[in-house]
Amino acid sequence: MSLKDKCAVTGVGETAYSKNSGKSVVALQMEASLKAIADAGLKPTDIDGVIPYGNLDVVAEEFITNLGIQDLRFSATTPLGGASCVAAIQAAVSALVTGVANHVLIPIGRNGSSGERIGARAADLPQFRTIGEFEMPSGNIAPPQIYAHMARRHMEMYGTTSRQLAEIAVTVRSNAILNDNAVMQKPMTIEDHQNSRMISDPLRLFDCCLESDGGAAVVISTTERAKDLAHKPIYIMGVAEGHPDSPSAITQRPDITTLGTAKAAPRAFGMAGVTPKDIDVAEIYDCFTYIVMCQLEDLGFCKKGEGGDFVSNGRIALDGELPINTHGGLLSQSHIIGMNHVCELVKQLRGTGGKAQVANAEVGLVTGYGDMGDGAVAIMRN
Amino acid sequence: MSNTLPDTYDKPMPPLNRDSKPFWDSMQEHAMRLQRCADCGKVRHYPRPVCDSCYSMEADWVRASGNGRVHSWTISHHAFHPGFLGNLPLMLLTVDLDEGVRICAQARDIVPEKLSVGMPVLLDYEDATDKLTLPVFRPA
Repeated sequence: MSLKDKCAVTGVGETAYSKNSGKSVVALQMEASLKAIADAGLKPTDIDGVIPYGNLDVVAEEFITNLGIQDLRFSATTPLGGASCVAAIQAAVSALVTGVANHVLIPIGRNGSSGERIGARAADLPQFRTIGEFEMPSGNIAPPQIYAHMARRHMEMYGTTSRQLAEIAVTVRSNAILNDNAVMQKPMTIEDHQNSRMISDPLRLFDCCLESDGGAAVVISTTERAKDLAHKPIYIMGVAEGHPDSPSAITQRPDITTLGTAKAAPRAFGMAGVTPKDIDVAEIYDCFTYIVMCQLEDLGFCKKGEGGDFVSNGRIALDGELPINTHGGLLSQSHIIGMNHVCELVKQLRGTGGKAQVANAEVGLVTGYGDMGDGAVAIMRN
Repeated sequence: MSNTLPDTYDKPMPPLNRDSKPFWDSMQEHAMRLQRCADCGKVRHYPRPVCDSCYSMEADWVRASGNGRVHSWTISHHAFHPGFLGNLPLMLLTVDLDEGVRICAQARDIVPEKLSVGMPVLLDYEDATDKLTLPVFRPA
């Protein structure tokens, strides 16, 4: 049974994104959820499925209590770090198509800036256990370091340069400036990127994403029910998750320049019945510039090793061949664990992308990327 | 040797783990041993209960030759743990050992300009505390 077009995103909701929300994490998630439910034209009590983020402490019970859900029929978590939001779409679709639930809420939200820092939390995750035992004692501790080994290898094997990574940071920043709900509003040049502080060579400060406060949520419904709701449904054509070889230790991965995305992409494209050439707009999980480039390769937009050239010469700009991260991404809008990417893709396909609207966007793609290489891909259409 | 170590160690310590105890014990002996499937002979790292080739749960431990080649690296200019503030910049290598597994460890006596993929390196040992010895790599 194919899941193609069986379900749709019916509602999206986002709080203000900031460096200091002044609100609790539960409040941020509820605010975003209420907005998404209202956007769909539903009542909170219509929600009968919820997929909370597995790495945070807001559990399904909180949604039952706060939203007055009388009969929650489906709950699950998708513990793929930053790939969780997109992987949760696959879980939601699976539950909806089989009739287990009718409207699944996928909420997320955190105080990643004003609350506990993201790096501090990563060390405690079970997915990082072997890193914690064998690499952290030697000083290989945080994502900018452990991913730098991947980026350096790519540079040495394929000639990729820091200036090519800068193209990604600069493009995404220029999109953020068009977005009123983006934290970073100052223009960035290639030289600004090259002059930014080296964090863990070859990754500079401007290769790294923000740490942010905020919440975002989506509602997924069956296509049949979606047709009666507030907006034109945004159909889920294809969705898949993929886990890399040696998922809990990059060092032991046969090819450290390949992510789980490479396994998810053929499944998602195959289900959707489209190819990378058909994608009008792509929201690519951008915890680091390098991870964007690597995913573009693993998704098949270009061959392995050609990502540096692919992202250059305006190809990924708003008026380019493949506009990416039209909202400003994790790099410049806000780090909402990629749910802001899902919300943005839906807005682009509805034609409500504001100043960053891609003309005639009909088919789009969103990715999640998490922990040390988990990937998830969703392809949607209007 | 232990009397030259600081009284308080301020860097992350590896959590205790029954599956990997022989590895850490071998490090303290300055004789790194790697886990090997007792049935099919596949060497694996990091230590874990099952061989993913033949599913045997029997393992023995073989002495690492100490010879390796640089697979990748990073040089960190930011301390992500306060214990490393005095060690910046920190050169971290991912090294292919001759046994077919990789080790992530700090570099010693290697200048950044000399680093390249495939560069031969040699395993060495540094006693961090009287209970923890960490691997480092020097130019071969």
